[in-house]
Amino acid sequence: MFATDKSRKISLLLGYGYIFLILLYTLGPLVIVTILAFNNNPSASFPWQGFTLDWFKSSTPDRVGFFDDQRMMAAVGTSLKVAVAVTVISVLLGINNAFLFVREQFFGKGAFYMLMLGPLVIPGVVLGTSILAFSYSIANALDAWLGKGAGTFLRPGFVLVVLGQVSFIATTTTMVITARLKKFDIALEEAAMDLGAGKLSAVMQITLRFLSPAIVGAAIIAFLFSFENFNTTYFLSGPNPTVPILLYSRLRFGISPEINAISVVLMISTGILGLIGFALTGEEQA
Amino acid sequence: MATQLSRKLGKWLLLMPMLLWIGFLFVLPHIKLFILSFMNREGQFTLANYANFFTTPLYRAVFLHTVKYSILATLITLALSFPAAFLITKVFGGKIKAIVMLAIVLPYWVSELIQVFTWMVLFRETGIISYMLQTLGLTHQRVELLYHNWTVLVGLVYTSLLFMTIPIVNSLETLDDSLIEAAYDLGGNFWSTMREIIIPHAAPGIMVGSIMVFMLNLGNYVTVTLLGGKNSMWFTENIYDQFIIRFNQHQGSAFSVVLLTFSVLFVWGLLKLTKQDISEAM
Repeated sequence: MFATDKSRKISLLLGYGYIFLILLYTLGPLVIVTILAFNNNPSASFPWQGFTLDWFKSSTPDRVGFFDDQRMMAAVGTSLKVAVAVTVISVLLGINNAFLFVREQFFGKGAFYMLMLGPLVIPGVVLGTSILAFSYSIANALDAWLGKGAGTFLRPGFVLVVLGQVSFIATTTTMVITARLKKFDIALEEAAMDLGAGKLSAVMQITLRFLSPAIVGAAIIAFLFSFENFNTTYFLSGPNPTVPILLYSRLRFGISPEINAISVVLMISTGILGLIGFALTGEEQA
Repeated sequence: MATQLSRKLGKWLLLMPMLLWIGFLFVLPHIKLFILSFMNREGQFTLANYANFFTTPLYRAVFLHTVKYSILATLITLALSFPAAFLITKVFGGKIKAIVMLAIVLPYWVSELIQVFTWMVLFRETGIISYMLQTLGLTHQRVELLYHNWTVLVGLVYTSLLFMTIPIVNSLETLDDSLIEAAYDLGGNFWSTMREIIIPHAAPGIMVGSIMVFMLNLGNYVTVTLLGGKNSMWFTENIYDQFIIRFNQHQGSAFSVVLLTFSVLFVWGLLKLTKQDISEAM
């Protein structure tokens, strides 16, 4: 590719140097935060003052570790509940939509497909505000119609956060599962029915089994998207914040070493989940 | 007859969840937003919310600042990602490609908040870089590196590297190496091959990546407010202020519609200008 041997060597060296810089930029900050999570220095900075696990587990007055931080643990609980609900709904919707778009013909199919991709290009803030404004008016209408309190479940809080996240996460699950269903040979399902299986059991045992890697992959992606979502959730969350919302409100007032520890725990757990999801869906998206 | 009926019923059973989802969580909320943006607090029709945007210098300034820095961040991301994508697909490949891809994906999985937090740890007055500069004797007092426009750029580029690199890698992978060799055999050098063969082939990937990154930058909230502080001047902050702090849904809706309309028009114009087909690009 390069004219002379010498210029080729220099080019390769430059290439390696560039790759090194990119790795430094992407991984450097994560490595430093990991080191700081174990640094016995309450200012969350260098110099190194010895190894400690206090930022993970400690409940002395001046040092509260992640696992002893009541509000943070409550936020983890809220986030997990939201993520599970969003994952279940989005995956079921995704399976449903995959069958609809791959197998059925209906009026306006192409238009609906394009519409469905909308949440991918709409800023999360706009999505959050539109759902907030809409649910607000419905909640008011319900209150007026059925008496005060009837629309409360549509006010900022758990239900609204779940609905808001489903609005765009279901797009991703639909795309992942649709891509896999397109590769399915329908003759397999027909063969099962020729052999005496009912339609439902043929779909259950043959088609859904074929889809299972995509379903698990979509579920992991949905879970991660939900767990880390901020932009849409910020407008819809009530008195019980999710982890990103609570982290944000704390970061606005400064940094504590505990957040280093939280980062490490999140990095490890989401990293593992992410790698599994990446491996399961990688072949469809490549 | 009975099977036909059950088939029709089945179709409706599949159709309903999709319609409920698209209708109630996507189409109707945006219609509501649109209607609210043309109303005042008494529920009457008005254009005042839009007039406010166009006549208040501060709103205009914030909007232009947001667009300018979104474009700048997108260009920097492209400039950083393209060489990396080229190197790992056409020069190194194999193990190095796997390591770089992992390094680019990993920060993405740990959530934007943590990504931004890591930069706060580095940049703040008592942070790592300030500490290192002092230990090296380059400065004698703490340096505040947060809350500058370039700090925001560093953060925006960091959080969007993945969305630029993956599409470019995908498009470069479909480029046959023999085409590059042919260009050299015909007397081309590195730059002319890059200009005539490689960049045109990667154009769809560059386009998809740039659009995604630009939209993410434009709609960003966490990175700009935490790294930019009070000086961040990002338009999404105005939307949040109106909805949550001033309880003015109507003004906030108008701002949301402005942001949405601008981003749709911008992307559409970009695609037209570069003669790309969106369905092909996606």
